[in-house]
Amino acid sequence: MSQQSEMHLFAPGHSGCPGCAPSTVLIHVVDTLGKDIIVVNATGCMEITSSQYPHSAWRVPYIHSLFENAPAVASGISAALKAKGNHHTKVVVIAGDGSTYDIAFGSLSGMLERGDDVIYCCYDNELYANTGVQKSGATPIGAATTTSQAGKVHHGKEKERKPIVEIAAAHNIPYAASASIAFVADFQAKLKKAAQISGSKFITVNAPCALGAGFDGSISMKVARLAVQSRMWFLFEYENGFFKLNFNPKVAKPVAEYMQLQKRFRHLTPEEIEKIQKLCDHHYIEMLERQKASDAKKIVFDAVTQPPSTPPASPSAPAAPKT
Amino acid sequence: MLIPLSKPGTTTDIKTGKWKTHRPTVDPKLCTKCAICQNFCPEGIMGTPREIPVIDYDYCKGCSMCMVECPFKAITMVAEKQEL
Repeated sequence: MSQQSEMHLFAPGHSGCPGCAPSTVLIHVVDTLGKDIIVVNATGCMEITSSQYPHSAWRVPYIHSLFENAPAVASGISAALKAKGNHHTKVVVIAGDGSTYDIAFGSLSGMLERGDDVIYCCYDNELYANTGVQKSGATPIGAATTTSQAGKVHHGKEKERKPIVEIAAAHNIPYAASASIAFVADFQAKLKKAAQISGSKFITVNAPCALGAGFDGSISMKVARLAVQSRMWFLFEYENGFFKLNFNPKVAKPVAEYMQLQKRFRHLTPEEIEKIQKLCDHHYIEMLERQKASDAKKIVFDAVTQPPSTPPASPSAPAAPKT
Repeated sequence: MLIPLSKPGTTTDIKTGKWKTHRPTVDPKLCTKCAICQNFCPEGIMGTPREIPVIDYDYCKGCSMCMVECPFKAITMVAEKQEL
């Protein structure tokens, strides 16, 4: 066996499609978090491709139960580790967007509410790829899938995606972030930050599916990068309730440039693309406002929580000389 | 007795390199060791970051992602010889 195939904690030879971006996500998750982890995998593409009996691509402890209970299983493992006095092993959930946004949403909400010490990492490929390209809660507006067909009556998905990071952050968890696989350093930094914090952590990573979205596997990273550059996807984080926008270029690329690479958007008329462009701009302004509000909140928070290092001289100081 | 057990990292038994029609070849003169291809490779078989990529063709599926992402055009795709 060659040295290259031994390098990562996620082995090659898995049956992912050529140019599968979620596979890259897994390599970075396990390599960044190291060997001392327990991976809980929900059903999805990455479970199917990495653990075909009798093979396994994982070189770390791994458990797969069902589609809807990965956060519940992780909660149990986390509690068991706590009971055994193990405070170093991290529990990592790896789930797709179908599991996170739709099927395991209830148990995810429960896990976040209980505040179990788990890192939840969702690879968001924006559809159910494993079962044959169905619409999920993460599918962007206008995208055609087998259950949101483009025809005479309907033109792809009619609603926008769920704001899952905001929903997760609304559970008052210490860390919730959105990342993209095309911005690897940012993603790794977020994973490292999540590993340092105790409590529930939630990260969702945009990793487009070549097969489902209809583009060649070679441009997977290009599509992921364009999604961020055209403001279809934002890189941001919520840390202890404070918002931070991580990627904020002055000039955005047009949404049409991101869409023309993918088959799932080819039915859209110029008017519809214009409408989606407006929605993206609207979201961007929302993000800027959120950043402004968070900055203002931080100034007040710092003033309230941190006592001043040098107490101001008051007129009624006890050191005043007696008369 | 048959034990239903998958051992860690055993997908390396499956040589997915058979899938490819084109193989990536690295030109060491143009390579600047920027590690972009090594970070993006979905198989993780392009060798140590910050070194000239050494590709394990046993597992390379030939997706051409490394060729597209290389900013210095140091990787080219060469057609595989057909085995009969």
